[in-house]
Amino acid sequence: MDSTLKKGETRRDFLYLTAGAMGAVGVGSATWPLMDSMNPAADTLALASSEVDISKVQAGQAITAVWRGAPVFIRHRTAEEIASVRGDGWQHLRDPQRDEDRVKKAEWLIVKGVCTHLGCIPLGTKPGQPRGDFGGWFCPCHGSHYDISGRIRKGPAPKNLLVPTYEFVTDTLVRIG
Amino acid sequence: MAGSAKTEKFDNKTIQWINDRLPIFSMMDNEYGKFPTPRNFNYFWNFGAIAMAMLGIMIVTGVFLAMNYVPHGSMAFESVERMSRDVNYGWLLRYTHMNGGSFFFIAVYIHIFRGLFYGSYKKPRELVWIFGVVIMLLMMATAFMGYALPWSQMSGWGVTVITSLFSAVPLVGDGLVTWLWGGFSIDSPTLNRFYALHFLLPFIICAVVFVHVWALHVTGSNNPTGVEPKSEKDTIPFSPYYTTKDSFGTVVFLTVFMAMVFFAPLLLTEPDHFRQFDPMQTPSHIVPEWYFLPFYAILRAFTLDISIPFTHIVLLSAKLQGVLAMFGSILLLLFLPWIDTSPVRSARYRPVYKWCLLLLVLAMVALGYAGAKPPEGAAVWFGRAGTFYYFLHFFVIVPWLGKHEKTLPLPKSIHEEVED
Repeated sequence: MDSTLKKGETRRDFLYLTAGAMGAVGVGSATWPLMDSMNPAADTLALASSEVDISKVQAGQAITAVWRGAPVFIRHRTAEEIASVRGDGWQHLRDPQRDEDRVKKAEWLIVKGVCTHLGCIPLGTKPGQPRGDFGGWFCPCHGSHYDISGRIRKGPAPKNLLVPTYEFVTDTLVRIG
Repeated sequence: MAGSAKTEKFDNKTIQWINDRLPIFSMMDNEYGKFPTPRNFNYFWNFGAIAMAMLGIMIVTGVFLAMNYVPHGSMAFESVERMSRDVNYGWLLRYTHMNGGSFFFIAVYIHIFRGLFYGSYKKPRELVWIFGVVIMLLMMATAFMGYALPWSQMSGWGVTVITSLFSAVPLVGDGLVTWLWGGFSIDSPTLNRFYALHFLLPFIICAVVFVHVWALHVTGSNNPTGVEPKSEKDTIPFSPYYTTKDSFGTVVFLTVFMAMVFFAPLLLTEPDHFRQFDPMQTPSHIVPEWYFLPFYAILRAFTLDISIPFTHIVLLSAKLQGVLAMFGSILLLLFLPWIDTSPVRSARYRPVYKWCLLLLVLAMVALGYAGAKPPEGAAVWFGRAGTFYYFLHFFVIVPWLGKHEKTLPLPKSIHEEVED
């Protein structure tokens, strides 16, 4: 046994080291369940996806769905609205992004309804609400203006409205998240 | 003592800086490092440390459970079920906390037995013992309220039975019960206040544990011979000897505890604890947790009202007798240092007392059995016999033995007893 130890090390050092290592493993394995219990529970995770029926949303209309406790704007865009946000000039935006890269189907814009400045819900989804200078959304808290692709055009917000992960389960059913 | 703490020198500069301003490191070194401890402890002496470990585990698991629990009648049961199923490791938190209560009592009961056997309650350690009894009372209150929180059939009906006892108090009994309940029956107000108190009491227990250990460190520990240390040859420093021995014992205890949590978590649980509380339906058997069974048996042992003969005037109802006996059985322990008059501490040298103490343990087991069964047939007689022996032991046998027992000769000192 002694031949495996370096010069100066004793059996006691070896025992201290191994006992200490096992103790650390023990503390870690006891701590992990406590920490993990604070992560989202199974029922919270089950609400992590929202399925939305979009069959009733006409062109030019928008609805607000709920996903993970926050609003999601689903706008059925008209051809003119789509054309207004396509084309050149996107490279000079504060958060440069092509409209084509923000949608799967051009007529369906799906963005999280949370202003990227400090988190208020922008206006422009319900009929009659102000839609800002660029025809999309207007955040009343500090005056951020978003266009009809949900991109920031004017005001303090740093980023475009977030595009969540979504897929079209059918032509009329969207699963968000 | 404080003077020497401030002048103590440490190698590490940061530790030295802190210690100069708050002598916490020298305190730890004095109380758990150098502290001269009798060298002849047996494994019974592990259980104080084990109990402390269990207190820590109960508080930590309790706090994490509290993050998910809802203390309202409409949601309590469901919140516990959700925790057991949906919260990550929620099942582990719940089973650890549930069984942790039982193992906390196992450790404390063994710790108390050590005290009874070796005379640790005798002068000069009377206050250590008294603080200990206070801790046990606080633990019982905490456990009782904790069991109410899942709001099961057994929770709600157990609380109904035990809180109803207070109606036995003459004159103010009914008002007292309404005050406890916060209503006219057990409902959300009762549950919510039990939750608040269940969260609070463990921290009070921590404070009493602190003074319990402090008082012990003033006198020094007892030891299996009951003979106080006379010189340095009788003691060893607490660290590394008892820190390692306590760690070893705690690990063994925790292994058994964890085996139960992972492989038999519901062994000690009543099936009716998994039915939601229904105030309209009493379960067929209302059974408290095992650690309360002996006291529950004492409560039920009294069935004869004491009245003035030939009248219906009841002086002392059977119910009140039971309540007084049940609380009395625990409160009399506070006076044990004065009830036991023997000049000899350790039961090793008290042959008659030793057997009487073992009889007491048997009586507690018999009482436990009686408490678990419905009060009919043989169980009634076990309950009465156990109650009779319990009070006979403390009020008659122990004081008599103190004066008349022929004890064995004590060793001259610890080290002479230990060395061959």
